[in-house]
Amino acid sequence: MINLNPLSLFSGSFRHGVHPEHLKAQTQDLPIQRVPFGSNYVMPLGQHIGVPCKPMVKKGQRVRRGEQIASAGGFVSIALHSPVTGVVKEVGEFRTFDGNFSQAIEIEADAFATQEPNIGPAIDWESMNIEQFIQAVQGAGIVGLGGATFPAHVKFSIPEGQRIRYLLINGAECEPYLTNDHRLMLERPDALLMGAEIVRQKLGAEETVIGVELNKPEAIEAIKARIQPGDPVRVVSLEAKYPQGAEKMIIKTIFDREVPAGQLPRDVEVNVNNVSTIVAIADYFDHGMPLIERIVTVSGPGVGYPANLIVPLGTPVREVLKFCGGLKDETMEVIMGGPMMGRPIASLDAPVVKGCSGILAFTEGQTLKRKEFPCIRCGRCVEACPYFLNPARFARLSRARMFEEMKDYFVFDCVECGCCTFACPSAIPIVQLIRTGKDQLRNTQASAK
Amino acid sequence: MGDVLIALTPATLAGLWYFGISAVLVIGASIAGAVLTEIAFIGTERRGESLLDGSGLLTGLLLGLTLPPGLPMWMAFLGGVIALGLGKVIWGGLGNNLFNPALVGRAFLLATFPIAMTTWTTPDEAFWTFRATNFDIPFTYTEVDGITAATPLGLMKFEQQVMPLSNLFMGSTSGSLGETSGLLLILGGIYLYIRRDLDWRVPVSILLTVLVFSATLGLFDSERFPTPLFSVFSGGLLLGAIYMATDPVTSPTTPTGTWIFGIGIGLLVVLIRVFGGMPEGVMYAILLMNAATPLIDRFTQPRVFGHMRGDND
Repeated sequence: MINLNPLSLFSGSFRHGVHPEHLKAQTQDLPIQRVPFGSNYVMPLGQHIGVPCKPMVKKGQRVRRGEQIASAGGFVSIALHSPVTGVVKEVGEFRTFDGNFSQAIEIEADAFATQEPNIGPAIDWESMNIEQFIQAVQGAGIVGLGGATFPAHVKFSIPEGQRIRYLLINGAECEPYLTNDHRLMLERPDALLMGAEIVRQKLGAEETVIGVELNKPEAIEAIKARIQPGDPVRVVSLEAKYPQGAEKMIIKTIFDREVPAGQLPRDVEVNVNNVSTIVAIADYFDHGMPLIERIVTVSGPGVGYPANLIVPLGTPVREVLKFCGGLKDETMEVIMGGPMMGRPIASLDAPVVKGCSGILAFTEGQTLKRKEFPCIRCGRCVEACPYFLNPARFARLSRARMFEEMKDYFVFDCVECGCCTFACPSAIPIVQLIRTGKDQLRNTQASAK
Repeated sequence: MGDVLIALTPATLAGLWYFGISAVLVIGASIAGAVLTEIAFIGTERRGESLLDGSGLLTGLLLGLTLPPGLPMWMAFLGGVIALGLGKVIWGGLGNNLFNPALVGRAFLLATFPIAMTTWTTPDEAFWTFRATNFDIPFTYTEVDGITAATPLGLMKFEQQVMPLSNLFMGSTSGSLGETSGLLLILGGIYLYIRRDLDWRVPVSILLTVLVFSATLGLFDSERFPTPLFSVFSGGLLLGAIYMATDPVTSPTTPTGTWIFGIGIGLLVVLIRVFGGMPEGVMYAILLMNAATPLIDRFTQPRVFGHMRGDND
C-alpha cells in the first residue's frame, strides 16, 4: 500500500487519490474485435445527460444502418441513429441496465443486410463555421464516451467572451480493468489525431494536449510516432493514479490550474474530451458514421474470454457476454463501466448504451461485502479525497440523516469517485452514503420547487 | 488494532523480563477489567463485533503498561473498568470517545491511589519473586516490603541525579511496566509506520518539540534542567508519543492539525515535568490536547478543491 513509485514524487500530479491495482493485463494486449451482428437492438431515447430524444420512426418502418431514428429533444440533447439495417419492431418502454424502464426504439436487424461499417462520404468540415460544426456534432449523436455521456456539442458551445486555449484529450483511463481507450489509441492514432485537429481548429485552440497514464507506454509511443514535427500536438505522460481521468484532476495535473467549484473547464480556457469521443468525431467527418457503436472492454474474473469489442449500440449485454464465452457459474455481479464508478447491471437483457465503456463480471472475491467496523477517524479517506473534502464526516452526517449539514460541507463538490470507500480500513460504504445524502437533498430541492 | 498489539509485544515482553511475574499480574488485571467492562456494557447484538476489533484488549494492555509493577491487582482491574467505562463506552463506543481511554483509566488511578501509583519497585528481582503488594485486598494497605526506587525522572527532579542514557534505552530502570525500554518502543513504532497504522507526524512533532524545548531550557541552566536526550528517553514519553497520542480517534485528522497537536503535547510535557509538582507529565499533556482536538480539526480543514480559502467558514 505504500506508494513506492518514484515518479509520484516529481511528476506534478493532482494531490491525494488512490492507487488501485490496474488489473488491465487480461485485455490490454487483445486487439479490438467486432461483435457479429445479432437480431434485435434496443435504443433507449435517454442514453445521454439531458433531454431525451424524440422518436422519428414508426412501428414497421424500414431503416438503414446509420439512419436517424430520433431527433434531439432540445439543445442539451442529441440525435439517435439506427445501429443496423432493419425494421422498427416497437417504440415503447424497455428495461435499461439500471433496472428502470425507459422509452426506446427496438429494431429487428435484416438478416440479409450487409451492415456496412462505412456509412457515407467524408464531410467537409473545413468550410463549416462553429455553429454548423456544433449542429453536425449534435446531429451525429456524439456524447462524452468516457462514461459521463454529456452531449459533446454543448461543450463546444463557448459563450461570448470566453476562449479555449487548449484542447485536452483525456486518455488517462484510470479505472482498473478498462482497456478500450488504450486499444483505441494504440490501433487508431491517425483517427485520434484527425479528430483532435478538427476540434482544435473549430474551437480556435492553440494546442492539443493528449494525456495518457504511464501504464500505457505503447499507446503513448503509437501516438507520438504519428505526430509530424510542427504539429500543435503534444502527448503528456501522467502518473497512473486514480482518478487521474477525472476532468478537473487531469486539468490540475497537466496545467496546474484548479477549475473553480461550480465552474467548467472552459472557465480556465480548456476543453476536455475523451479519446473515444474524439475518434467518434473523426469517424463522422471522415466517413459519415454517426455514433452507432462503441468499444467496450469485457473483462473480470467472471468472463470466459475477456476482450475489447466494437459493439453496436442496442446490443443486449447478454449477447456481448455470450460472444465472450458467457458468464462463469461463480459470477456474482455484472457491472457497467469501471469497478470504481461503474453501476451494477440489473438485467442482462438491457442494451449496451453510449456510456458503456466496460462490462465487468465479478465473482465472490470482488463482491463480498466486507465486515464493517466503526469509524476510528484515521483520516485515510481525508487523505484520499482528491477534492479535499471530509468523506468520513459526510458518512456520519448521512447516517444521522443530517443532509442539510452535508450541503454546508460542500457535498455537491463530490464527484463520487469512490476513493474514500476504497481507502477506508473499516469498510464503511462512504461514497454510497454520500450518494444517499445527495439524492435526498436533490429530492427535497425538487419538491420545494 | 491487531498491528498495535503486535507492535507492543516486544515492549510488553521487556516489561516481563525486567519486572517478572508482577508484570503479568498487573497487565492481566487491567486487561481483564477493560475487556469484562466492554462485555458488560455493550449490548448483546453488538458484543461479538466490538470484541472482535480488539480495542478493549488494547486499552487494557496500554493501561497496564503505564502502571507501576507493585500496584495491587485490584487497582489495576478497577483502572481497566474506568478506562473502558468512562473512557469509551459512555461516549458511544469505539470511534466516539474524546479522550484516550487508557489514560482516562490512569488519570483516575493516579488521583485515587496516589501513593500506590507512585511507589516504584526496582527491576532487579528474580522473575518469580512475587511483590506482596500485588495481592492486596481491596481498600487495605500493606507496607512495601520490596526494594523501592524512584524513577529516573523522580531522581532528576527531586535529587538531581541523572540516569545514564544506556539504561534508559535498554530499559533497566525503575518505572512503569512498559515505558522503560526506549529501543523496543521505537522498534514497535517503526513497525506501525511501515504497516501504515501510525501517523508519523504525531510522534515526530512531539519528540522534536521536547528536544528543542529542553535544549532551549538547557541554555539557561544546564544544571537544573534535564538534557534533551534524557527528556526524550525517560518516563512515559515514548510510550505516550508512539502509542497513545497516535490513537486516531482522539487526535486530529488533518495534517496541519496533527502538527499543532504534537507540538502542544511536547510543550506541555516539558512544562509539567520541569515546572509542575510531579516528575511526569505525558498523561496530562495528551489528555489536554485530546480535549483540544475537535477545535484543532475545525480550524485546520484543508481548502476544498476549486474553492477559495475561507469558503469553509
